[in-house]
Parts: sequence; structure tokens; C-alpha cells
Amino acid sequence: MRPIRVLLVDDELELVSTIAERLDLRGFEAEWETSVDKTMQRTDICTFDIAILDIKMPKISGLALKEKLEAKCPHMKFIFLTGHGSGADFEKGAAAAGEMFYLVKPIHIDVLVDKIQKALSDQGGKV
Amino acid sequence: MIESFKPKFWEHVDSGAQVTRHMFNFRRIWSHGVIWTSMVSILPLIALALADYNVTQQSIESEILLRTSRLVSNTRRTLSFFLVERRAALDFIVQDNRFEALNSESRLNRMLTNLKESFGGFADLGIIDQNGRQNTYVGPYNLLGKDYSQQEWFQKVCDQGVYISDVFKGYRNVPHMVIAVRSMIGEGGFYILRATVAIEQFNQILAHLEITGQGDAFIVNHKGVLQTPSRSHGNVLEKMALPVPLYDPNTVVVEGDTDDGERLIIGYAYIEQSPFILMIVKQKEALMAPWYITRKELFGFLGVSLALIVVVILCMTTYLVNSIFLADQKRVMSLHHIEYANKMASVGRLAAGVAHEINNPLAIINEKAGLIKDLLSFGSEVKNKQKLIGSIDAVSASVDRCAAITHRLLNFARHVDVTIQPVNLEDIVREVLGFLGKEAEYRCIEIIVSAAEDIPKIESDRGKLQQIFLNLFNNAFAAMSDGGRLQIDITRKGETYVLVTVEDNGCGIPESDLKRIFDPFFSTKTKVGGTGLGLSITYGLVHELGGDITVSSVIEHGTKFYIKLPLVTKEKKNASHSCLIGG
Repeated sequence: MRPIRVLLVDDELELVSTIAERLDLRGFEAEWETSVDKTMQRTDICTFDIAILDIKMPKISGLALKEKLEAKCPHMKFIFLTGHGSGADFEKGAAAAGEMFYLVKPIHIDVLVDKIQKALSDQGGKV
Repeated sequence: MIESFKPKFWEHVDSGAQVTRHMFNFRRIWSHGVIWTSMVSILPLIALALADYNVTQQSIESEILLRTSRLVSNTRRTLSFFLVERRAALDFIVQDNRFEALNSESRLNRMLTNLKESFGGFADLGIIDQNGRQNTYVGPYNLLGKDYSQQEWFQKVCDQGVYISDVFKGYRNVPHMVIAVRSMIGEGGFYILRATVAIEQFNQILAHLEITGQGDAFIVNHKGVLQTPSRSHGNVLEKMALPVPLYDPNTVVVEGDTDDGERLIIGYAYIEQSPFILMIVKQKEALMAPWYITRKELFGFLGVSLALIVVVILCMTTYLVNSIFLADQKRVMSLHHIEYANKMASVGRLAAGVAHEINNPLAIINEKAGLIKDLLSFGSEVKNKQKLIGSIDAVSASVDRCAAITHRLLNFARHVDVTIQPVNLEDIVREVLGFLGKEAEYRCIEIIVSAAEDIPKIESDRGKLQQIFLNLFNNAFAAMSDGGRLQIDITRKGETYVLVTVEDNGCGIPESDLKRIFDPFFSTKTKVGGTGLGLSITYGLVHELGGDITVSSVIEHGTKFYIKLPLVTKEKKNASHSCLIGG
């Protein structure tokens, strides 16, 4: 069984790189990007099984990015991260990915791993 | 003592800022209220009272004159009738009897007796021939043969046919008068019937008059000699003190003075075909006495009314102005509360932003710590040493980031007290923008701060400046859609001012609202939780710092606020703490 490929997109470099490294240590194949443009420029974009996106990013929000990725790679699953617990954001994120797959920073790595597995076995992000 | 009556607003002195200060000058409202209400209530009352006073006095005076006139007129008629009656009786005698018959003493005596019985007052009768000799006489004295030809009255009766004499005492030493009538006999001949009449009946007529005002009714002749006794103007046949009134065919009432300066009402009438003038003299003071009492009551009432009105006006005005003062004080207090609430709301807004900003470095720390744990549990130590050091450095960097954020917040919260100190405007602007940086980033809002090089540090209140800029920047952010542009320029304005312009390219403010945006409670966002106080508080804060704020706006193009701040702000005392006397 090939390892699960995970794409992390967040404008905080230190954060995404660390999460990616920790996921790597747990047997995932994680890669990361800090900007939406660079993410969309990747040619191997559809090789990822699941994308973990920050909701609030400069210029374009995680939700908009999800729309774009979904259009390109229909099979892809999504988990949202946010540093902002506002009601409006939560509702938008929950509607897009399901309440289960909307995580508020800081996150626990085991919870994230659990969610990734659930999302892939389930209909994660396909509500 | 006076202090305890002094209303609370009297010594209130206003020195607060625009929003928090009282809207009224209470002392002026009070004094204007008192003066105007007093004027419109007291002046008409006084005018009315004076008018009433004059009208009443005039009507009382004319009433007195009229009544006197009527009395004089009636009495004259009575006296005239008295004289006419007696003359007619004598006329009747001479018409009814021939000269020969009258020359009989016994017949004349019978006539005297009849006259005495039917008329009264007749003392004697005499027949005088045309030579002035008394032919026949009946009466108490022996006057038979007396020659009257040289006497004045004889001449008069010869000329006029009838004569009524002044009152005189004569032989009898009793005041009486003479009535004489002439009767023609044959060709050019005549005789005279002469009667003496006592004035007793005159006196009785006059004495029975009811005269008010210590009045006096008497008769004088044309020379001013009293013909009847008077109460206070002399006795019979004395000359009266008053001047002889001028002739008038009608009844006349005039006012005059005695030698003592006493005011008199004098009514008189010339009694026709007699030497008599009827006079009725009253003392004006006595007549007016009831009026003086009324007048005293009138003025008393007026005085009491005026005092009452003034007291009521003073009390009411004081009460009302005090109520306004208290209400306004409540308003000022609630504005203070609202201002505080507004401050707390902006702190709350800041807190949300700060929490969000702190979350990111916390997440990094969390992940780094997790990674360190992972590295320690999974791989070999030596290989991971560099990574561990790197992770720990990243943790330290994140802690620094958090510290920077908390410091900024503390810095913002610390300067709430009013203290004037040298501040760098650009630093404050950037500090405030720091809170909005993340939001600007997410919403792609471009923020440009440009400060001229010659901007000195200004002496001002840091906390207030922070609040001013935070309010303005928040407004600008609310007005702009994503991808907007906020430009802040700081320039010198003359020798003593610095001008900060805050320009956004948001939705703009309609012309009609521009004038009102600094008014308290003016808001176009009341339905979405706006209190309408943000800009009015900003306005108040700028003015408290001795500056001024103006605005220009173009719909769909954006809004520009101009904040003019003095280089040196004089510290003002807070309105609620100052109570300067007489200031």
C-alpha cells in the first residue's frame, strides 16, 4: 500500500513545514506550500489524496482554494485549519468540509492523523 | 444662608470636551427665564392696575361732582320756588284787592294773619305810596308814615316792579329779608306792597339737606355775605372766606382750595330774580375717604400679587433649570458610560484580533514541541541534533512574536490615563495599524503611511491619539471592500500644528450625512449594531487635545478625514472635577 500523500497549504512557513515533517514521521508523504499561486502551479497536484488548508490566507481564502483544487482533482479530500474561531468562518468551513473536518489551531497531531484517516475512509469534504 | 438656597447649577462651570460637556448655559437660561417671564406677567398687571386705578378714581370724582350738581340744582329749585311762592302770594293780594281796600289796616291785618297761617314766615305787611311813604302797616313795629323814598330798594321796586332784598337784621335784630311788589293804579300811579319774611324757613330747607363729605349748604349774596348760617364758613351776615363764584345761569360744580390748602368741591347756582347764590361746599378728602380705602386695598392686592408672581417665577424657573441641569448631568454621565463602553468595544475588537494573531505562533510552538518530542522518540539523537536546535530556535522566535503582540496590546492599554507627553505621531499610527495588519493582509488592503521629515514629536495624550486613530482606521476598514487602499499622511501645518489625513477609497459618505457624522447618535448602521458614537467620540477626543477634525467625501470614491493637532496640548482639567467659582 502506497503512503497517503498529504498537501499542506498555510502562509505560516514554520507551521506547515513542521506539521509536514511530523506527518512524514508518521508514515505519510506530506508536502507543503505557503502560497495559493505556487500550489496551483504544481504539476503533481492531483497526486495528493488529501489537502489540509488554512482558511485565512492573504489574497485568497482556503475555501476558494478548495473550489479550485476540487475542480482540478475531484477525488481530493479536504481538512480545514483556522486560527480564527469566528462564527462566520466556522459555518463556512463546516459547510464546505463538514463539522468534523474543521480544526482550530493549535491542533494536536494525533487528532489530525485521525481526521486524515477518517476523511479518506469516509466521505470527508464531500458533504 | 444664601448658600443653602443656591441651586446646584449656579456654580457649574463647563470645561469638558465637545461630547461630554453640558449643552446649556444654565445661569443664562435661568436669568433670561426670570426676566422674560417677569416682564410679560408683571408689566401687564401693573399697567392694568394703573389703568383701573385711573378709571375708578375718575369715575368716583365725576360721580361726586354729579351728585353735588344734582343736589345744588334741586335745592335751587326748592329755594326759587320758595321765593316765587311768596312773591306770587303778594302779587295775588295786589291783584285781588283794590288800593283802597288794602289801605284798611284791619283788612291788611287779616291778610297778614292768613299769610302767616298758609305760608308762614311773614312778619309784617306794609303799603307804600308812590312817594315812598308808608301808608298802612301791620306788624310788630310802629313803622307807619316812614319815608322810604330815598332808599335803594324803593328805587329798584319802582323800576323793576318787584324787589327781593338781601338778608339783614334791621330793628328786630333777627335776620330777615324784604319782598316788595309794585301795583299800578290809574294813569302812572302805583303803590307798593312790602312784606318782611323771616329766613327761618330758608335755614330749615338747607338744614334738612343730606350732604355727604362734611358738606355745608348756605346762601350768600352777590357780595359774598352769608345769608344763612353755615357750619364752617361763617355765621349769618358775615363775609365768607371763599371767593364769590362767577355768574352762570346753570348749576356749576368746581374744585377749590381753602386757605389751609384743603381741597373742596364747590357747587353753586345763582337763584334767579334774587340777590342770592346757593352754595354747597364739601370736603373732597372726606368724600374720597372710601376710595382711599379701596385704593389701599388695590395697591395691597397688587403688591401681594407681584410678590407672589415673582416668588413663583423664581421657584419655577429655578426648579425647571435645575431639572434641565440634572437631566443634562445624567446625559453627560451616560455619555461617559457610553464612551467607556465604546472604548471597551474597541478593546474587545482588538482582543479578537490579538487572539487570532497569537494563535499562529502558538500553533508553531505546539508543532515544534511536538516535533521535538517526535525526534526524541523516533530517530537517532546525533542525526536530529541540528533539527532539535532549529526547532527550539523556532519556538523562541514564536515566543518573541507572541511577546511583541502582547507588548503592543499592553502598550495600548497602559495609556488610558490622561497624561500629556512627547509622542511620535508616526509611531502611534503604525502601532495602531499593527492591530489591523492581519485583517489588511487577508482582505488585501494596501496601507500606506507617509510622514514628512520635519514632523517633530508633539506633546499630546498617547491613549487618546490611539483611540482616535483606531476609530478612524476601523471606520475606514468598514467602508472599504477587499483590495482597498488606506493612506495616512502626516504633514506640518503652519508653525503650531500637525495635520494627519486618513484617506480611504471606500464607499464614501453622502453629502447630506456629512454635516451630521460627528453628532452623537447619528448612525447609518443602527440596525447592525452601530451606536452612532464612534465619530462623535473621536471628535470629542480631538477637541480635548486642542485639535480639530474635518471630513470630505465623494460617494464611491472614498472619504478623507483631516485631523489637525497642536504641537503642544495644554492639559485640561476634566469637566467632572472642576467647579471653579465665578468662572
